[in-house]
Order: sequence, then structure tokens, then C-alpha cells
Amino acid sequence: MSDLRYNIKDFKSENEVRWCPGCGDFAILNAVQRTMVNMNIPREKYAVISGIGCSSRFPYYMNTYGFHTIHGRAAAIASGVKSANPDLNVWVMSGDGDSMAIGGNHFIHLIRRNINLNLILFNNRIYGLTKGQYSPTSDRGFKTKTSPFGTIEDPFVPGQLVIGARGTFFGRSIDGNMKLNQQVLMEAAQHNGTSVVEVLQNCVIYNSGIHSAITDPLHRADRQLMLEHGKSMLFGEENEKGLVFEKGKLKVAKIGENGVTIDDILVHDANEPDPGLHLALINMQLPDFPVAFGVIRSVAAPVYDVEMKAQIKHIQQNRKITCVDELLNSGNTWEVTGNEPEEQECPNFELK
Amino acid sequence: MKDAKVIELEEVAIRFSGDSGDGMQLTGTLFSDASALLGNDISTFPDYPSEIRAPLGTVGGVSGFQVQFGQKQVHTPGDFAHVLIAMNPAAIKANAKFMNPGGTIIYDSDSFTEKNLKKANFTTDDPFAECKLVDYFKIPVPISSLTKESLKDFGLDNKSVLRSKNMFALGLVCWMFNRPLDYIEEFISTKFAKKPVVVESNIKVLHDGFNYGYTMQHMTPSYIVHPANIENGTYRNVNGNHATAWGLLAAAEKSKLDLFIGSYPITPATEILQALAERKDLGVKSFQAEDEIAGIASAIGASFAGNLAVTTTSGPGLALKSEAIGLAVMAELPLVIVNVQRGGPSTGLPTKTEQSDLMQALYGRNGESPVVILAASTPSDCFWYAFKAAKIALERMVPVILLTDGFLGNGTEPWKIPKMADLPSISPRIAKDAASFNAYKRDPEILARDWAIPGMPGFEHRIGGLEKNITGTVSHDPENHQVNTEIREEKVQRVVDMIPKMELCGDGDGDVLVVGWGGTYGHLISTVRELRKEGKNVSLAHFNYIKPLPENTAEVFSKFKKIIVCELNLGQFASYLRDKVPGKEYHQYNKVKGLPFTVNELKQSIYKLLED
Repeated sequence: MSDLRYNIKDFKSENEVRWCPGCGDFAILNAVQRTMVNMNIPREKYAVISGIGCSSRFPYYMNTYGFHTIHGRAAAIASGVKSANPDLNVWVMSGDGDSMAIGGNHFIHLIRRNINLNLILFNNRIYGLTKGQYSPTSDRGFKTKTSPFGTIEDPFVPGQLVIGARGTFFGRSIDGNMKLNQQVLMEAAQHNGTSVVEVLQNCVIYNSGIHSAITDPLHRADRQLMLEHGKSMLFGEENEKGLVFEKGKLKVAKIGENGVTIDDILVHDANEPDPGLHLALINMQLPDFPVAFGVIRSVAAPVYDVEMKAQIKHIQQNRKITCVDELLNSGNTWEVTGNEPEEQECPNFELK
Repeated sequence: MKDAKVIELEEVAIRFSGDSGDGMQLTGTLFSDASALLGNDISTFPDYPSEIRAPLGTVGGVSGFQVQFGQKQVHTPGDFAHVLIAMNPAAIKANAKFMNPGGTIIYDSDSFTEKNLKKANFTTDDPFAECKLVDYFKIPVPISSLTKESLKDFGLDNKSVLRSKNMFALGLVCWMFNRPLDYIEEFISTKFAKKPVVVESNIKVLHDGFNYGYTMQHMTPSYIVHPANIENGTYRNVNGNHATAWGLLAAAEKSKLDLFIGSYPITPATEILQALAERKDLGVKSFQAEDEIAGIASAIGASFAGNLAVTTTSGPGLALKSEAIGLAVMAELPLVIVNVQRGGPSTGLPTKTEQSDLMQALYGRNGESPVVILAASTPSDCFWYAFKAAKIALERMVPVILLTDGFLGNGTEPWKIPKMADLPSISPRIAKDAASFNAYKRDPEILARDWAIPGMPGFEHRIGGLEKNITGTVSHDPENHQVNTEIREEKVQRVVDMIPKMELCGDGDGDVLVVGWGGTYGHLISTVRELRKEGKNVSLAHFNYIKPLPENTAEVFSKFKKIIVCELNLGQFASYLRDKVPGKEYHQYNKVKGLPFTVNELKQSIYKLLED
């Protein structure tokens, strides 16, 4: 499908990939590279920006332009990259520590501005690079090296922050599900505006199995709701279960029970501007609900970098000042004439 | 052009102007008396309307009061006012011709209604443009409505309330010029002793005006007056913050790059962001970030993407940007960081000037993290040093910190407008050959790497905050880190070939060398000039290039018997010189009052040194 005929090797850099064996990041790297192969965009247009954390080593493994920056700031740096050159295809690789803790402010403001880039949030609910401390997405009571008796704080749900910051795109995926990853990443890449994709990622060393209640193939059908725009919200081995809206709340219903038919099941509308139902889907958790995956929200809104360019273009159409000489000579100026040049006692500071 | 003779705030003329019923005479008198009590010499000039009963709001009905005050003897009320307080549009019209170029106009924005504009015979809705007051620093204050709000609980009628609005203006001006209110309070209490409600209401409004200035962080307007015999040419007024913004625009034009500014508002640097945000006509991309860190982070991103990238701030903001400056050092990206210094530490004195961020600029980062440091010395040469900062950053792939200060940023002076054609060229180090490109391959002479920008095919590479080898691959090799650390320092030192040798004001040898840097130039040169007229063997070495220092610094210093380093901090530059130009005794004159030097105090300290 690609005119540029890239294959995955074109996106692999010369650097040896150094994540721990079995790390969920490998699968995400693979999915991103496959997505880029399919995007039909020249390789030099990609800029992959990351902060600090295991996932932030990502740019080194990509044969694109890459910038491994400082903790929490990837979103802000990428905002500058995209604003400076909207022709670039910008990806931010970040973790739950990077984006939810130290970089929380940049994360929400990136989304609020709706800058057209893609942010992948590797959520393993632990600090891996510093060897096992709880993160802002760790559950209350979670025991780690810095919470030996359990945390006494509640976690962030990343999607809630995205909605709270007026996000236009939110998707959720699982590191090991290549098909789902590629599908969500491609939609994220094609979305105009800030696309946030939360990937439930397994840290094999410090938090292995943290998502297994959700991701275990044994229970997958009952615990994962794969959302598709325009399709009914069905799940279960036989797609026998679905979501209905009752008394202002989501509820799991079984088709055929209590007179529920397929027509009663909610149909997913990712393009609905009202975030109410999207938020409800984001909030679903075990054991009462399946966890929602796929593209949960994708709505159109003005895009910062497009607007910045358009505003400059608009102002320049009727501009009175076209260069710096004109600027410096605008306003109140006056002429000094008739003064004899005087020998300067002091060096002229201006011309140095 | 740089021979500033009379220094700002040693003599300032303020004109209060409004309807004859606005109480301008009383306001002016009270301000003058308060100034005199502070030890200022003053000279005043009441300017009553010619028609005593001229209609309200007309030019004929304008009443004014001008006061000039100064540290030294003041002989006249000043030919032209530096600051105009205008209570209505007619006051603008009546006083436009008495304004010093580039002065400050504080006006009651509530009174600038269509009706009042008409009464004052304005034909458009922009009275300032009509009076050719475009470049003046204008501070709109809704004086009438704030006065009403201030007195809403007093149960006074509207007319009585508005009679107090002069007190609001007076309080505001007292804040700007550091006048205590006690004398004025006492005056009001005595004068209206029999009408307690008048006393109470006027004092309330006076305080509210004072506090408004405090809350809005209105700066003390500052001026530099030049001698009459200046070079022929076209002139305009400019303050340091605008000059900085325009110098950056000039650099963008010369380098043929887009200008990106990522900044967060902070006193007294905000005006640079505003001045550039205004220049969409010249293609400026202005990004008002969510915080100081995002300001510099977005600028670093824009630099990576190939723009001339700038972030502007003041001391506390520079502290927040430290880690990111280190990233720019490591990534070796061009970046200009402007720090308009203010009184510190912490929030300190936001509206007052100081030179106490020098050590922060030099050393305030983790690791060995060298950057180039420049300092502007007058409001107008902020243009040149902003331009030069960008040129060095782009040609040497290095972050450059430009230090100005609140005094320069808000200070105004006449400026001979330069021509773009006369400015030096700027050649960014854009990478040319993809086959031989490596992220950290350097020019052997200047040690700068090449700049390959996303979108350039064949140059795909990775950079980042981790130590790298020449190809851009992460390296923890001990030898590599040692070599790169030394290279990053040496790269900054080699910028010395882009900077001029130190030239002195005065003789090349003598008894005392006065050493200064940055925004104290006007006071130091005035001091040295006066001392030389008295026959003293004194010269001035004023530094605009801090890191690296001019090549001949040690040589220049060696020709003098004594050296005194004068700065608005506790001796930061003196410490730096002891380290970099060792073996000399550096005397110090330091001041940290949030105020500029005065020529008098500098002279006293140098007399003492000459005697010892």
C-alpha cells in the first residue's frame, strides 16, 4: 500500500535494543515501526521525542530523527518541534512517571492546546528505571520499595486526565496485542490533534503481571471490551454480553436475559463531542465491567499548530511591516542633522 | 552615542494633568512635598487653565502641575515631562507637546469615552496616534471605576466619590517612585479634620492606588538623557525589552530562519514576549507556555526543528530552566536565553533591578555545563547583544545566556536606528553532506557540530541528554566523557574569536581601573568621566562578554595600580575575575538595594581608593 515501499528494517536504527528480555516495550516498538511503514510518509519527516524512563529510550531504536530529552518534558519539547515545523510527524514516547507525575503539567497543556502529535503512554504502573517505586498509576495500598506498607494515595486514570484537559483523541491498547496496537496507533496517527494512546505495558522485572487480570488470554473475552466506532459494545466468548445505559449509568447486560436484545446495546460513537459516555467507558474497571480498549474518543477540534500557521498567514496578508528595517523605522522617529562628528572618548559598544 | 551624561532618575519630571476640578494642583503639591521630605531637590511648575471656567473635558479646561525632582540640585521643573498622569483625553492633547520622547503616560482609561474624545477635539478613537505619542509607554488604569469601587461602602454621592480619584492617581505614582504615604496622610487628616468621612475616604483611595501599583507590579519608569552633540541620523526611542525583541528579529532575518519564542510571563521580562507576539507580520511563532520549564523546553524543541529559538525570563524563571539549559548544552543546540535580572533571591524584588544572577548564569546547573554569557549595557544596546547572542548560538551550536536587567528592560533612551544592511551576516551551521554526517562530528577549529534538521533526508539521527559518542550513540565510556566534557568547555572558550578585545574608556594605564559589567554602564561612565575632569587618573573597563572574557583582559588589568569592581550584588563578577584572571587584588563596590548606582556614591568609593 505504500508508495515509498518501506519495510520494517528501514525504521530500525543501528542501536542494540536494550530493554529487559520479555519487556512489553519490544512489542510497542514493533507496532510503531509497522505503523510508520504503512503511513506512506517519508522517513525524514518523523521526529520521535521522549522524556526519561525505560520507555523513553525508544528514539534510539528508531531510524528517524529522535530526541531523548529530560524527565517529564517530552510533551513540551515536542510542542515546540511541531509548532516550529507543522510538516513533521511527531511522536512522543512517555511513561506513567514521565507523563503523570513530573510532566503532568505539560501533559494536560499539550492536550488542551490540541497540538497535532501522537503521545504513547506506556503504563506499567511502576517506576522501572529507578528499580521499583510506586507510580501515580499504582493502586492504593500497592507495596513497593517506597511504599513498604502500601501507598495511601489513589491513582490517576490517564484517560480521565485526557478528558479533563478537553482531549480530542484517546485510545487504549495492550502491549502484546499487535493487531489492536497497530489499529489504534494508525487511527491515532491519522487524527488531527493530540492523540493519546495508553498502552497497558508489562514491566517484567518490577511489576510483572500487573495487568494480567485484564490481559490473560484465559479471561480475555469477558474482561476486554474492544470498541469500534459504529459497532455495538459487545463482549464475551459468544459476544453474548453488552453495555446498556440505565438510570444514567453504564450496566452490563446479557442478550436474551430480561428482554434485552441486540438493539438495546449501546453503539460506540467515538466522534461524539460530548465526553460523558467516553468518560464512563474510560472509568470501567474489573470486576464489575470489562476494560475498554480501542479508540474511545476521536473528535474534531481546532489544531494549535495549524492555527498558529494560519494566524501568521492571515496577519501577513495585510501587513504594513514586511521586514526589520521597516519595523525599526515605524512609530515616532526624528532626524538629527548638523552635528559635527565628535571624537569618541569611549569605544562604541554597538558595533562590536 | 553611548556617552550618557545625565542618568535616569537622578532627575525626573512628572506632570499631573486633568480637568480643573480634578484636584491636580493639590495632587502635584502633595507629591512634591513628599519628595522634598525624602531629601530630593525639587522644582515645580503649576500650569492653570487660562479660562478659569472653561467647559469640563475641553483642552482649555486642563489644569496641570509639573514637578521635577532629583538627587542633585534641580534648577528647573524640567522642559519636558518624563511621566504624565492624564485624567482625561483633553489632558493628553494639552500636554503632548510637553512630553519627553519615549516618556510614560498613565491615564484614566474610564474617561477615554467617545464623548470625552469629542470634547477634546479628537477625530479618531486613538488619541495617542493623533498626538504622535505612539512609542510612549502607556499605562491605562481605570481610575474612576476603581475609585468608585474603593468607596462603595462610604455612602457618598457620585460627585464626592469622583472628587477623590486624584488620590488614587497620587497613590499609584507614590508606589512607582517609592514615596511613603505618611506625609500625605497627615496633610489630609489636618486639612479635613472637621470632616472625618473625607479624611477616611481620601486615605482609603490613596492606599488603594498605592496597592494597585504594587499588585500590578508597575515599574519605576527610568530614563537616560544624552548629551546634545550626538551623531547625525534617524533616531527613535527604545527601551531595553523592545530592543532585545528587535535584536532577535534582526538575527532571524539575517540568518533566514523563523523566530520561535517559548516563554512564560514574568516581571520584568514579559514585555519581550509581548513585543514578539505582536510581530506575526514578521512570522514570529510565539508560544506562551504553561510554565518556565515548558517555555525553554518548547524553545529547545523548536531549535531541534530548525528555528532560531529563544526563551525569555527573569531570575526565578532561569532557576526553573536550569535542567533544560543543561539539555541544550548536551544536545549542542543553538538557543538564546534572555534573563532580565531583578532583585532576588526567591520572589525578591520583582520590579527592582539587580545583577545578582551572574553566578546562576555561569554555574547554576548540574554537571560541567558551560554556556556563553553576554550582558547588555544600555537599553538600546540590548538590540546588539541580542543579535550577537543569536549569532554566536547559531554559528557555534551552543546555548547563549543574555543578561539584561529591570533597569535596562524598562529604561528608555534615544537610539540611532541601525540599518539591517550594516549588520554582520549570520551563517547557521546547517549540515550539508549526508554521507559524512555524524551527530557529534565537529569542526576542528571551532569545535561546533553541524545542525541537521528533521525533514532533511539522509541525516536521520538521535540526540539527547545522555553522553554520546561521535555518531550520537549513547556512551558510558570514561575516556569519552572526559574528552567531551573538555570539548564542551573549550567550544565555549573558542567563542573568544568572535568577540572584540576590551577597549577602555580613558587611558590604557593609571591609578584606578573601574570594572563593571551589564546595566551599570551609564552610571560608571558618568562617574569615570567626572573623575577624569577632576584630573584623576581613572579609566573604565566595562564588560559585555562575560564567558568567555575578552582575550586581553589580564593584559588590560595589569596596567593599573588598583582595580575596583562595581556591581549590584555582593561581588559575583569580582569572584569570577579572581578565578579567571588571578593574581590581582580586586577591590569591590557593591550595592543591593534594588536601585541603580548613583554617580555620587561611586565617586566617593573611588576617592577613598585613590587616597588609600
